[in-house]
Amino acid sequence: MSAQLEDFVGKPWRKPHFITNPFWRWSLIVITVVYLILAIGSLEVSWQRVYLGLERGWRFIVGFSQPDFESRWSDIYDGMVESVIITITSTVVGIAISIPIALGAASNIAPMPVYLLCRGIISVSRALNEIIVAILLVAIFGFGPLAGFLTLSFATIGFLAKLLAEDIEDMNKSQAEAVRSTGASWLQWVNFGVQPQVMPRLIGLSIYRLDINFRESAVLGLVGAGGIGATLNTAFDRYEFDTVAAILIMIIATVMVLEFLSGYIRARVQ
Amino acid sequence: MPSKINANNVKTWQVRDRNGQLFRWALWMGAAILFYISWMRISDQTTWYFFFDAPRIAADIGGRAFPPRWEYIFSLGKPIWDTFNIATLGTIIALTIAVPVAFLAARNTSPKLPLHPIIVRLIPRFIHNFVKKVTGQDMVSVGIVRPLALLVIVSTRSINSLIWALLLVSIVGPGVFAGLLAISIRSIGFCAKLLYEAIEEIDEHQVEAVKATGASGWQVMVYGIVPQILPAFAGIAVFRWDINIRESTVLGLVGAGGIGLQLQGSLNILAWPQVSLILGVILIAVIIGEFISAKVRAAII
Repeated sequence: MSAQLEDFVGKPWRKPHFITNPFWRWSLIVITVVYLILAIGSLEVSWQRVYLGLERGWRFIVGFSQPDFESRWSDIYDGMVESVIITITSTVVGIAISIPIALGAASNIAPMPVYLLCRGIISVSRALNEIIVAILLVAIFGFGPLAGFLTLSFATIGFLAKLLAEDIEDMNKSQAEAVRSTGASWLQWVNFGVQPQVMPRLIGLSIYRLDINFRESAVLGLVGAGGIGATLNTAFDRYEFDTVAAILIMIIATVMVLEFLSGYIRARVQ
Repeated sequence: MPSKINANNVKTWQVRDRNGQLFRWALWMGAAILFYISWMRISDQTTWYFFFDAPRIAADIGGRAFPPRWEYIFSLGKPIWDTFNIATLGTIIALTIAVPVAFLAARNTSPKLPLHPIIVRLIPRFIHNFVKKVTGQDMVSVGIVRPLALLVIVSTRSINSLIWALLLVSIVGPGVFAGLLAISIRSIGFCAKLLYEAIEEIDEHQVEAVKATGASGWQVMVYGIVPQILPAFAGIAVFRWDINIRESTVLGLVGAGGIGLQLQGSLNILAWPQVSLILGVILIAVIIGEFISAKVRAAII
């Protein structure tokens, strides 16, 4: 040790490397550089087209300084109301379905076969992208807000049930045990032993999901599943950037209000 | 302790007192009415005949989609490579921008540039009061840099990458480049938000120890703050990369490159055997992405 210390004396300190093995460090660097060269090489950017588009980009930015709410107000209003409606219904139905699934997916409550089934439902719901589900549901149920509602309900299940199940698995066992020892039935046990422990988290997650569902409902219209997305798509197709700016401002404002509200409520319940 | 007297004149225990109970009932009632009104609007716009016909349609589409057209997989190589590039390069670009934004947004590292007194006087009183109520600080001491950084985070985060793609396709033209930019912009807010929360939670003692050696501002950053947030940074990077893989698979629907372009093309000509093959490939890509991200995060944390 003292010999090593002798070596250090008089030399400046150097930061240890992030990856200590030099072979791995260098091969990682080489792989990264080769990948970057290949990837950037396969990008086909037509700078001429980008240059032509800059004028449109500028019009978009200008559109934000004078957003046009009036000329398409009825379309914007209908789209926003539809988005809000899809958000509310899908969040309510999604939560209602995900609570039993979360109970089934908590390994400390559910028996093995139920656990596997519920975990299976959750992973299917999480693996499928909302837009892809929406495309399939529009093909099956036809255009309109029903497809959007079903899509978001389905997506809510994977998100909420997974996080709620993890919270149930982390709960304090002795509290639940105390309720059980009074001779409570299974339903009473869940209602008075488990539910009060996970309720703050459930409320927080539900409001967070309401926020996510609103954002998602804004794009579902692109594939015909209802909401403000359809109006937005039309506005883009007509290059009406002042209307686009108005819609985007409304989306951002709604999201900010929801985020503020969710922060406030979560601070209150936790 | 809240209790009620039942029919046999016996006091029984209750979770809440009468007012609490009534309040809850009113809340539930209001929520139920809101849900009912919303549901009726959806119901009005739905042709219920199609809804009940759906199982037959689903079976019909399912019958057409199977078996998948396996030989089509050879034309999916380039789109998959593009999708992977959009996600990876997009994450790298987003992180390079998100790091400075996060440092500007975090309370403990954000530079405190005070507002000029003239500007302060121009701002109406109610805005001052609002800022004070929300942040708990005087507007003058909050400065201007942090709100600007937060604005960047909120505005890039609240717009979905598909909408960014829609916008960028109309600006830079259809193709991989538009998708790459869309993914990058969308990821900035997400990464910066998580990163600045990590910066706000660092251990100040370590920073102080580095400061006590006489280190300059940059040295404090590199030796006092960066090592503390490096694990969080790596976790955020891999997490966002995983999400970007998912999102870049559908960007093609609005013309922004990747495998979504093939999906849109196949859907337009109702080539269901190709659609099922593409969906299968997307599912496998998403699962591989999630597997890699879970492995890397488990190794870091």
